[in-house]
Amino acid sequence: MASEIKNKSKREPLLHIVKRDDMAWWAAWSIRILTILIITFIMCLISVKLTGYSLPVIFEKMFRKVFGMIELGRLKMFWAYLESVAILLCLSLALTPAFKMKFWNCGAEGQALMGGLAAMICMKDIGGKIPEWLLFVLMVVLSIVFGMVWGVLPAIFKAFFNTNETLFTLMMNYIAIQIVKYYLCFLPDGSNKINPETIKHGMFPGLGQNNYFVNIAVVAVLTIVMFIYLKYSKQGYEISVVGESQNTARYIGINVKKVIIRTMLISGALCGVAGLLLVAGADHAVDTNTIGGQGFTAIMMAWLGQFNPFIILFMVFVIKFIELGMVSVYTNLDVSFAEVIVAIIILCVVGCEFFIRYSVKFNHRKKEGTV
Amino acid sequence: MTNQPAIELKNITKKFGKVIANKNVNLTANRGEILSILGENGSGKTTLMNMISGIYYPDEGSIYIDGKEAVITSPKDAFDYKIGMIHQHFKLVDVFSAAENVVLGINKGAYDLNKSTAQIMEICDKYGFELDPVKKIYTMSVSEKQTVEIIKVLYRGADILILDEPTAVLTPQETEKLFAVLRRMRDAGKCIIIITHKLHEVLSLSDKVAVLRKGEYVGTVNTCETTESELTEMMVGEKIELNIHRSEPVSDETRLSVKGITCKDRQGIVVLDDISFDVKAGEIFGIAGIAGSGQRELLEAIAGLQKLTSGEIIYNNPKTGNMDNLRDKTPVQIRELGVRLSFVPEDRLGMGLVGNMDIVDNMMLRSYSKGHSVFLQRKKPKDLANKIIHDLGVVTPGASTPVRRLSGGNVQKVLVGREIAAAPTVLMVAYPVRGLDINSSYMIYNMLNQQKETGVAVIFVGEDLDVLLELCDRIMVIGSGRVAGTVDARTASKEEIGLLMTKSRKETEGE
Repeated sequence: MASEIKNKSKREPLLHIVKRDDMAWWAAWSIRILTILIITFIMCLISVKLTGYSLPVIFEKMFRKVFGMIELGRLKMFWAYLESVAILLCLSLALTPAFKMKFWNCGAEGQALMGGLAAMICMKDIGGKIPEWLLFVLMVVLSIVFGMVWGVLPAIFKAFFNTNETLFTLMMNYIAIQIVKYYLCFLPDGSNKINPETIKHGMFPGLGQNNYFVNIAVVAVLTIVMFIYLKYSKQGYEISVVGESQNTARYIGINVKKVIIRTMLISGALCGVAGLLLVAGADHAVDTNTIGGQGFTAIMMAWLGQFNPFIILFMVFVIKFIELGMVSVYTNLDVSFAEVIVAIIILCVVGCEFFIRYSVKFNHRKKEGTV
Repeated sequence: MTNQPAIELKNITKKFGKVIANKNVNLTANRGEILSILGENGSGKTTLMNMISGIYYPDEGSIYIDGKEAVITSPKDAFDYKIGMIHQHFKLVDVFSAAENVVLGINKGAYDLNKSTAQIMEICDKYGFELDPVKKIYTMSVSEKQTVEIIKVLYRGADILILDEPTAVLTPQETEKLFAVLRRMRDAGKCIIIITHKLHEVLSLSDKVAVLRKGEYVGTVNTCETTESELTEMMVGEKIELNIHRSEPVSDETRLSVKGITCKDRQGIVVLDDISFDVKAGEIFGIAGIAGSGQRELLEAIAGLQKLTSGEIIYNNPKTGNMDNLRDKTPVQIRELGVRLSFVPEDRLGMGLVGNMDIVDNMMLRSYSKGHSVFLQRKKPKDLANKIIHDLGVVTPGASTPVRRLSGGNVQKVLVGREIAAAPTVLMVAYPVRGLDINSSYMIYNMLNQQKETGVAVIFVGEDLDVLLELCDRIMVIGSGRVAGTVDARTASKEEIGLLMTKSRKETEGE
């Protein structure tokens, strides 16, 4: 028979892949950390080729960018690093409860931008007309409300009409960008750009050399609160149940619609806070690129951190270090190179999950002629 | 070719992480023979067959087909060796017709549906299948879908057929039909392997029985030379009693009465039509019927998960003496009324439990919302989890193991254990022993009996009529969402119930 002849020539494959779920946590983490180290090293080697710097110079530049000013007694650079970690972390934390519920919120970018816009409106247009403390209260409330609205609209549609939340949240980003653009059209000087120097009210105070004290402190608290909320609160438990199985949730009497809407209110609110921190605590301006794609990077961070706030924190620290370091390496060439390299690194870190979930087995050649 | 070894397994071993699914299994299946692979749940039957059909690759050992060593790395390789597997869960495209599904994926030039249909009809005639090749899958019953799956592998020329628990979803009549077809295929010289844990099917159908226990091969016996108790002993490793003890009902008080409930599904089709019955405290009330006759909807309606268009569900509260109407109440409202209603749904991991959560968190599902604190109390659920693991002998590495990693029987023990721990006055169970091994099944029956003896009204939806007749006090037969009749389980016969099941079906077909 033809098929038999074909099979005769078929050799045993060299390897086969087996699913596993018994890897110890330390082994899994060794794989992840080794992947990060190895791929970063390879990228540094590539950078040697591209920039012409020697390898030690590249390492020095990376560390100097992030930690460089510590030795001079000026921590400015380091605080800037922490601040950029704080913003990305805040966005990642915002996405975590939604993702845990299997609600794929791709709208952190827009939700944060709306929060930032609200803060800007308060600072520029209301600042000076009301007492400063009231201005801060108003900024916080309005930023949260703007973020919430952007987050809850897709949730309402999801809960009642079962629309696709991925597309909905994604589209809301573009609306937010256009609204900011519209707002910038009406600046008194007609420049379409806010000059941070002209903003005199509603800026978060610094602490000594640390201009970003508020941002860092707020996000540090949020990380702990989010961890406790997800792991130990009843609402966090409901989120997990709804995410795992809506049928089970119905069976035990969880109001699924309520949980979806409540969780997205939280998610949107935290995005609003991220926008507020970015505008009032760092940029003192707003434009369509204020969030700068971090709302999308946050999606990766939430996944890499396995929806655990502390692992997310670690991941954000690592990725931001590589990103800032690479930017300083490529300042003379083109910063876009740095972005490409960071993207490749993130991709490889995601890819290493394969070796954690599966094991590759080499087949031993079998003895011939046993028949 | 008859009685030649079609397939031989030598020293097959397969591990999943630490779990050894198969260990040094040796097995031979001949042509012109039906071989049953018998074993309890988690004994590695399906894993073994999956290696023959190319889904898994063995870690050690080799497979011989017609005496030659074979390397099967994918289902396509398996097809080249003329091996066809019919899985427990069907893999068909719903919107395609039977014929389209059969030819799907065959890469031999242009499709000629007319020609294929003729070939399909030929196969049907040869073995006695009943199938309409142009019928769409989504309009088919489970047994028709299974027929399509079998024809699909026959059409591709398979002469080694593996069926994974083929009767789990069939009625007694459908099972008989399937067996007749399988016997005809055997007589035509095909090698048929059927995976099962139902002893009476093994005895009535197969020529030989291979028994697996905990991944290891115990032995092969000729069916004509063995008995039910011998097989059980091989399977379980010890002698066990296969009797269900049935006590007299303890009281005459009506606990739950369902009065004329009607309910429609999302498409507006009537799924429950004017159903009325009473359940007494301390009896097991059986519900029998062809799968999909409204059993699921009926239980969900009582549990507050289905909207009713008419009717009432009256609960006689033994604490307050009130008659509470449960209609249009959510599960939370029902609980708040003080109704102690426990429900073991058909879909254990998709409804009763959360597969990715551990046993402790699954215990918490029922009780987490108690108290005013915003935080969870894990102490009590943890104690309960440990108690259930200990009392019911749940095989698990620990209370913090996700339930999806447990075997079917252990998952069910966790679920039933939790529902009984809620001290119910009404306990509803839907197909509680589906997919369970003998020991676990009898354990569940005993638990239901204990509940009955303490005065709980037990509603038992089952599929095995023998069990229903042995376990229940009364049996209500439903068909197409209507009550076809209620019989006394102590005096009724299997035929009587079968007749009621088919009677209701004929009535609806006549409309």
